[in-house]
Amino acid sequence: MNTDTMRAAPDRAADRSIVLEARDLRKHYAVKRGVFKPMATVKALDGVSFQLQAGRTLAVVGESGCGKSTLARSVTMIEPPSAGVLCYDGRDVVGRSASEMKDLRRTVQMVFQNPYGSLNPRKTVGSILTEPLVINTDMGKDERRARAVAMMGKVGLRPDQVDRYPHMFSGGQRQRIAIARALMLNPRVVVADEPVSALDVSIQAQVLNLMMDLQEELNLAYLFISHDLSVVRHIADAIMVMYLGKPVEHGAKDVVFARPRHPYTRILLAATPRVNPSLRLERVLPKGELPSPLNPPPGCSFHKRCPHATERCAAEVPALRPVDDRLVACHYAEQMN
Amino acid sequence: MPLLDIKNLSVEFTTRAGTFRAVDGIDLTVDEGEVVGIVGESGSGKSVTSLAVMGLLGSNGKVVADRMMFGGKDLLTMPPAQRRAITGKDVAMVFQEPMTSLNPCFTVGFQIMETLRVHEGLSGKALRNRAIALLEQVGIPAPETRLSAFPHQLSGGMSQRVMIAIAIACNPRLLVADEPTTALDVTIQKQILDLLVRLQKERGMALILITHDMGVVAETAQRVVVMYAGQVAETRPVADLFERPRHPYTGALLDALPERALGKRRLPTIPGMVPGIADRPSGCLFSPRCRFADDRCRAERPALFDVDNGKARCFYPLPDTYSGGLAAAEGAI
Repeated sequence: MNTDTMRAAPDRAADRSIVLEARDLRKHYAVKRGVFKPMATVKALDGVSFQLQAGRTLAVVGESGCGKSTLARSVTMIEPPSAGVLCYDGRDVVGRSASEMKDLRRTVQMVFQNPYGSLNPRKTVGSILTEPLVINTDMGKDERRARAVAMMGKVGLRPDQVDRYPHMFSGGQRQRIAIARALMLNPRVVVADEPVSALDVSIQAQVLNLMMDLQEELNLAYLFISHDLSVVRHIADAIMVMYLGKPVEHGAKDVVFARPRHPYTRILLAATPRVNPSLRLERVLPKGELPSPLNPPPGCSFHKRCPHATERCAAEVPALRPVDDRLVACHYAEQMN
Repeated sequence: MPLLDIKNLSVEFTTRAGTFRAVDGIDLTVDEGEVVGIVGESGSGKSVTSLAVMGLLGSNGKVVADRMMFGGKDLLTMPPAQRRAITGKDVAMVFQEPMTSLNPCFTVGFQIMETLRVHEGLSGKALRNRAIALLEQVGIPAPETRLSAFPHQLSGGMSQRVMIAIAIACNPRLLVADEPTTALDVTIQKQILDLLVRLQKERGMALILITHDMGVVAETAQRVVVMYAGQVAETRPVADLFERPRHPYTGALLDALPERALGKRRLPTIPGMVPGIADRPSGCLFSPRCRFADDRCRAERPALFDVDNGKARCFYPLPDTYSGGLAAAEGAI
């Protein structure tokens, strides 16, 4: 058992098949507003579609409340989507038996934002790393430990640290442990929810390098959730900008960054602080804040904050349509230059 | 004469593992109306410095300094009651986490008016009107109705605006903002930074902006202090620092930014970690991680030497030809 999954990795190299596909994924929550008021619906995810190839990185960008984390929870099958199709390796997740689900869940693993909160302080690194193997495989104790030690080497931790507790590590090292844990079951997809935003700049660079090295070595597909556009620009192949549960712009990284077509993407880019003064874009100040997802505005959900909004934007929901090699949900995408 | 003049400030904490020097002999001056950015990684002592200036350190924090003057008054020898009269009035602070810095049990209005009541002795209608005017200034819509809101009813950005309203309530001469936007989204971050800069200009107040985000400092500050392991590594005007860093640590920090990766796949990193309580090197504190360090660096602590337009704590300041210059950055976002 231990060798076959290990050996499978090199064969996957250069394979660019689609490992994860989401079609019109939706997640709606019913929330109580009070005793006499009817239940309201929060559309945390409202029609998200994408394809993720092996060895590639799709970055999901947006502000808090845009549905990034709900997307991560749906994709990792922590919560089933309300509607839509989710396929791993062409196999639909819906309607699987419990044992098939268990199998599918191994193909996708998650790295969380805060390495101080996501590791159990009462467990050693060794037991944190071997726990997925205890639950999902029939490996013996020595074999599990050998796999844990091998994985520690792979993520740049010293094997003699295997019996240490998380508090004995720095933030960057903890994030390495979290990455190692996610890789223990040889997943094909890793969902990383803001994996570097809690880290200092120099540590952030180390973790990003590690993630890119591992991607190359193991042909991993990353769903990389972040709000930091300079990080995204560095690591991603494709980018999906989300606003209030919907993708507003989705395309190849170079295409989107070179000429963003949605006003929200442009605002996000302009709002990212730059060290280099010549790279700073004209300050387009976003008006106001994210509207309540309980009561989204009619028409385009961004029109209340949009500097280019017209009457049409307030009345008509823009469809996600192809413009200039990417998908944009804006009535005036062609005019954005 | 500078508004804030600190010479050789050290802060020590007594822990079970021994005495830890979080801030190690830093000099800091801030002029009237100046925006000074303090950058550094976690554990570099930037927050402790600001708490020492505010007089908000706990009883286990021991503050020693040769000089600590604010507006011509000596903060070290001042009686506690007098110090308290300055804190919150002439020197005010905005904290990192707006959601936890406001008291959840009191309304926004109460918390703004508390400051005005204590420091300016206002009451009644005048007090209420001042509070409304303040909320208006920090860009909160419908301020009259917001006075009776509780902190949990506000978003992160709104809470930070309230925190800023409280901080500027008594027209401070110096505002210390400790990671004011770290917990916020980028678009809200932009709004808050623009607000701080606008208020700073309108009121001519000095601003100390503490952050770990190089981009935020580059866009906001006039002068930058880079801290490393409790010491000042480099202090320069903002354009000089980012165009021609002199200290290898500053250079390495800038190189590690994805913005400067210039299409290279691997980001340059800084090996090792910030020295902790037990492993402070005897020479330059950065020497174990510095790629230019030699025997002298490992044996001898460098002083803050004069470099062009500022100071750097390094025997061998980086030359103008140091790579990572901004000119090559075309194509980055």
